[in-house]
Amino acid sequence: MISLYMAGNSWAHRLPARVKLIFLFVLSLLIIPFNTLWFSAALLLFVVALYATLGRQGLEKVKVVRPLLWMMGIIFLVHVFLGDIEQGIIAVLRLLAMVLLANFISITTHMEALMDAVEPLFRPLRVFGISPRRVSLAVALVIRFVPVLLAVYASLQEAYKARTAHANSWRLLAPFALHAIKMTDHVAEALTARGGADGFDRDKK
Amino acid sequence: MSSDRSLVQIAFYAALIAALGLVPKIELGLAGGIPITAQSLGVMLAGMMLGPVRGGLAVALLLFLVALGLPFLAGGRGGIGVFYGATAGYLAGYFVGAIVTGAIMKAMRNMNVVFGAVVSGVVGGIVVVHAFGVPVLAYKAGMSMEKAIMVGSLPFIPGDLIKVALAAVVAHTIARGLPSAMLSRN
Repeated sequence: MISLYMAGNSWAHRLPARVKLIFLFVLSLLIIPFNTLWFSAALLLFVVALYATLGRQGLEKVKVVRPLLWMMGIIFLVHVFLGDIEQGIIAVLRLLAMVLLANFISITTHMEALMDAVEPLFRPLRVFGISPRRVSLAVALVIRFVPVLLAVYASLQEAYKARTAHANSWRLLAPFALHAIKMTDHVAEALTARGGADGFDRDKK
Repeated sequence: MSSDRSLVQIAFYAALIAALGLVPKIELGLAGGIPITAQSLGVMLAGMMLGPVRGGLAVALLLFLVALGLPFLAGGRGGIGVFYGATAGYLAGYFVGAIVTGAIMKAMRNMNVVFGAVVSGVVGGIVVVHAFGVPVLAYKAGMSMEKAIMVGSLPFIPGDLIKVALAAVVAHTIARGLPSAMLSRN
């Protein structure tokens, strides 16, 4: 499994996870009305600059969007086909910027920290007997699974391309699902081996 | 153990729905940008595989992450803003749709998998999703229900039917290859 997290001690690593999540949340809201080419380009530049502040190793992490590039290409082509090249460029720039920004959190935040950051939001659920720790673990798992799933799909695609010279097919869906479900079994076992979703309850200590 | 497993499975299907949303989208200009994606395929699969409770929770979890600002909706959209947009109804439809898909799949667990998948997919994954999506679209875009159905529902039916077929193929493969993963039928 590829891990997005990059061990380090940069300013971004030291920033509390909650601050980073709130920043992402606020920014995703703020950019909605600004739908111009220059703004989108500046946004992407800003996000790439964030990566650059982590050093060369950090800048290399920009590559995580590579599995998405073909999709970006198609989105762009659709807009060209509809006769609006500018909207196509804007759409692609924004997508790249927001995906990279979200990934920036994954790269600089340990899962544990991410979990702790969202936990208070779920304290009210205690009333229903759901421990907030389980919810934040689920949240962290999703964030972790998405890039892994994309990587699994990309490797299936590569193998399929080598066999058939076609890049993509609906035929990959079923093996993809099987592959991925087996992986979740391993994750579930690993979780149980480490004390289960509720962990070694910290509140009791 | 089993509760750990269901937690991981819920998280996994939420991630699957997100990953499927990152396939190309085509926006329909007239409808205020309703995207056509494989995302609803993920919603159907969550219901079919996990059953109503866990399937619904998987969608709820995904929507929570989207609200947190993660770009997990069709074409990389995210943030609380999407819940105010013209397509917000479809998101509510995803949640209820996964529950309905799972409930039907569970009710039909002794029948043929493909048949169950097709029925639950059409009802939960198409009818329910559109039943929530279209009225909100009509309201937000200020148009009549007829018009909302014309732009927000009918053009998507062929694609949705393809997705039901794909979901049925996947359900069939998993029921054969990894039957323990079909929680809705256990």
